[in-house]
Amino acid sequence: MEKLSGAQMVVRALEDEGVEFVFGYPGGAVIDIYDALYSARKLKHVLVRHEQAAVHAADGYARCTGKVGVALATSGPGATNCITGIATAYMDSIPMVIITGQVGRPLIGSDAFQEVDTVGITRPIVKHSFLCTSAEELPLIFKKAFYLAATGRPGPVVIDIPKNVQNPKNLFDYEYPKEISMRSYNPTLHGHKGQIKRAVKLLAEAKRPVLYAGGGIVLANACQAVRDLAEKFNMPVVSSLMGLGVLPGSDRRFLGMLGMHGTYEANMAMHNSDLVLAVGTRFSDRSTNSVPKFCPNAKIIHIDVDPASISKTVRVDIPIVGSIDIVIPQMMGDVEELGINLQERNLDEWWNMIAGWRKRNCLDYDHSSSLIKPQAVIEAVNRLAPDAIVASDVGQHQMFVAQHFKFEEPRKWLNSGGLGTMGYGLPAAVGAQIAYPDSTVVCFTSDGSVQMNIQELATCTEFKLPLKVIIINNNALGMVKQWQRLFYEGRLSQTCSPEYISAIPDFVKLAEAYGHVGIRITRPDELESGLEKAFSINDRLVIVEVLTDPSELVYPMTINGGAMCDMRLNDTETTL
Amino acid sequence: MRHVISVLLDNESGALSRVVGLFSQRNYNIETLTVAPTDDNTLSRITIVTMGDDEQVEQITKQLHKLINVLKVCDLADAPFVEREVLLAKCRAATPEVRAEICSLADIFRGQIVDVTSELYTIQMVGSSDKIDAFINTASKNIELIEVVRSGVCGIARGERALRA
Repeated sequence: MEKLSGAQMVVRALEDEGVEFVFGYPGGAVIDIYDALYSARKLKHVLVRHEQAAVHAADGYARCTGKVGVALATSGPGATNCITGIATAYMDSIPMVIITGQVGRPLIGSDAFQEVDTVGITRPIVKHSFLCTSAEELPLIFKKAFYLAATGRPGPVVIDIPKNVQNPKNLFDYEYPKEISMRSYNPTLHGHKGQIKRAVKLLAEAKRPVLYAGGGIVLANACQAVRDLAEKFNMPVVSSLMGLGVLPGSDRRFLGMLGMHGTYEANMAMHNSDLVLAVGTRFSDRSTNSVPKFCPNAKIIHIDVDPASISKTVRVDIPIVGSIDIVIPQMMGDVEELGINLQERNLDEWWNMIAGWRKRNCLDYDHSSSLIKPQAVIEAVNRLAPDAIVASDVGQHQMFVAQHFKFEEPRKWLNSGGLGTMGYGLPAAVGAQIAYPDSTVVCFTSDGSVQMNIQELATCTEFKLPLKVIIINNNALGMVKQWQRLFYEGRLSQTCSPEYISAIPDFVKLAEAYGHVGIRITRPDELESGLEKAFSINDRLVIVEVLTDPSELVYPMTINGGAMCDMRLNDTETTL
Repeated sequence: MRHVISVLLDNESGALSRVVGLFSQRNYNIETLTVAPTDDNTLSRITIVTMGDDEQVEQITKQLHKLINVLKVCDLADAPFVEREVLLAKCRAATPEVRAEICSLADIFRGQIVDVTSELYTIQMVGSSDKIDAFINTASKNIELIEVVRSGVCGIARGERALRA
């Protein structure tokens, strides 16, 4: 049998898992692993400039490829810098393996240099974690970690490896396990047959059904199945922030995003429905508004692979635990088996109501403004690069992208939905461009968010990543400013002071300092041509700084404490 | 409402902290906690007594199930069950009268004296939490308790119901 050191096993186990890229940053407690990487033949390392970015990049890679993303960091500050990235992945159920170095076992607990309790600190934000105690355990731990990360409800798994376990002088037998089974972990894949029959009957009887699509559908690679189901039942589909792309943005059945900044028609359809089929979603507070007022006349069917997501916030009538890619075909099969005739069913009245809500054109904005509207930027980019992989940071610009970019396919929308991590966008775009070097990757960001991981511009230089970084510069930390305007009597504390504004860097010069191209767009008539120029450059990263109207707010916006149908539609109108 | 949650899980380091973390991160209090290996020493059995409404406990039970190290979870309080707690109480026994009182109390509650010095008696007692509470309540009025140690509840379902891997 082959003999390897612990450090070599790490590299070999990753290769045996089929991992192509590891995003990382070296340090004392992983120096042996980096030494093993030095002679790796298959595994490629992407050097980031901050460990948080390593985790976000691995996350972006995982979201757009569906593979497990891998990050590598040293002990102590390396591990703590990973925390935000791990929590981001955990909240959005992204399959990841994060490898951290640890001080040698004899030093653990002695407050050694660069020692933190990584397994302890990460405990509430991981699907599972391992502290390796000997090199012989490594192959099995890696096999388990990848299996856990990718199956059931996916999530990040941490492997903490003490330095002595990596010791290149100690060689052990290495054989990577071919299969794995764990007595305490066995996710339910097939839905309960009786429940599925009940669900299908309810669906066939419903007069005002809505399919509420969540990110779990993307994670389960079940978009086509869900599209087929929506077509079969002629159902309107609304999507959570994470479910964008499940249905094509241009599909006539798609009503847009629901929730706090969802479309009027999506929220109205939910509120007025008599049956909600919720698939791969966790009824987040940003989607439901007040839970007691949520969908008052609807029966709710909930399909999710995670039993703990069922009835966590909203009580459901028919829970179905199972993998969506299996449950939806089970449902389709039952339509035939039960001999349900969908031809006789007439949803015209429901679709007419929806058409009425759509006429409101709730996402419309002022097209004649002398200032550039952020919505116009998103739409222009959408026209120029409809197939782009789009990463976003967090804030107003993120909501504008969610509302205005028409995602035709899944896995093209990378954003921090659950945790709302500013600084996610640029490193996630790095991960996506590494995964798909020939695809157009756009990062929508803002003067606030981009400064949270701006050091990654150096990573882009090193790896020659031709990202399009669109900075929506509204001279403000816009989403907080929006809340201050609406709910804090306009007391704009720390969100757009003259001092803040004067300290925003010159992004064009900054781009050039890193060896990139910088373009600044200040007037509406420059928007198309400026963006066209940016998208014609394919050998280098381009930063496009667009100065947008600082007074533009994100609408619709649900009214806190109300039902989903209670919305502010613009600065003056509400549905109340 | 009082719940007695039984958990069967892998007997490995870190597993207990994951269980306890689920309670602390939701700000739920654990009234008592016992943990020890089972007849299969790769498995541990935890008994947790907690107060909470049914929805809270349903959610925490699901979250416990979700932990990778956990094999089985049940709320013993859902059906008839047996619960036992061990008490060790050290009390001042300076005079013959007090010593007699202690022995009599121990007898009434079916306890035993398990350690004796010229000044102190230590009582051992097994019973439900209610019984232990009643003993402490009575004893604290009649004798001087120096130290009280309770094991926390361990429980098992009555009849056919069993928690096995």
